[in-house]
Amino acid sequence: MDVRIGVVVFPGSNCDRDTTHAIELAGAEPVELWHEQTSLDGVAGIILPGGFAYGDYLRAGVIARFSPVMRSVAAFAADGGLVLGICNGFQVLAEAGLVPGALLRNRGLRFLGRDIHIAVEHTDTPFTHLAGPRRPLRLPIAHGEGSYFADPGMLEELEAEGQVLFRYVRADGTVARESDDPANPNGSLRAIAGVRNRAGNVAGLMPHPERASEGLLGSDDGFGLIRSFVESAAASARVAEPDEVLAR
Amino acid sequence: MSTSYRFAVNVTPKPGILDPQGRAVEASLGHLAIEGVSGVRVGRRVELTVAADDEVLARATVERLARELLSNPLIEAYGVELLEATSSTTSEGRGD
Repeated sequence: MDVRIGVVVFPGSNCDRDTTHAIELAGAEPVELWHEQTSLDGVAGIILPGGFAYGDYLRAGVIARFSPVMRSVAAFAADGGLVLGICNGFQVLAEAGLVPGALLRNRGLRFLGRDIHIAVEHTDTPFTHLAGPRRPLRLPIAHGEGSYFADPGMLEELEAEGQVLFRYVRADGTVARESDDPANPNGSLRAIAGVRNRAGNVAGLMPHPERASEGLLGSDDGFGLIRSFVESAAASARVAEPDEVLAR
Repeated sequence: MSTSYRFAVNVTPKPGILDPQGRAVEASLGHLAIEGVSGVRVGRRVELTVAADDEVLARATVERLARELLSNPLIEAYGVELLEATSSTTSEGRGD
């Protein structure tokens, strides 16, 4: 049976269909998890998709954080389950404290919808191990609040612990470290585009890998990230299945 | 006896946090021919009513709300301001 990957649907999510499609392309069975449900329907990994959950009122992601499904997602994450937040999903994870930091209004105040480049900082993680050869990934962004912030102490800790997963880079792959570099679209500190938690099982990023998951869309640079997640979830589910452990 | 307390919670970006809205407002001051204004920070004000036995309890509820929902302590500071206290035993005047 195909591994089941949950996609949380909040009122205002708008990338849930793109995400389920990319999960199918990666050979898994997507399962939509409605924000009011607490059951996770036996999924092996959970993706929080992009959109504008609860209209982004108050702060992007904060109202979604208190929804019933997020209590289950937090418990799943605490238990070591794989969770990935994309764009608005990243904002929800940050508000919930499941990944470090906060996403502020873009430096230029504008909503940005265009392609950017990111570097994968670590290729030995459940989110990135199939990302492909080391080169910048060209992915779309679509956000108004994507400027990554963490205080200086947290930033040092993130770097030391290898928790910075993705950084905005120029097309030639050189890092846009300064927050005012044009290659850093939103003014993120240290050009951080995505982070993971200390335990390494929860990650979030602002760019949209699911929107760049097949050649038809103009780029499949993001598909390696979706495949990494699906295969890692499948592997973790296999470990969790007692019958299979006995059969070995 | 329960009393209704009307509060305002003022949420502002913490010092040092880049506030592009505040900067945009400040940049527009020239168009109004206003001088001598600086340090503009744009925040959010939330007003709400709490029914509680006394002001201390009411304030504790608002503090919790401000800390957990209305502000993100990593990037925002908040202040709680009591606007009005109305005792529920006094009948609401329904004039005219």
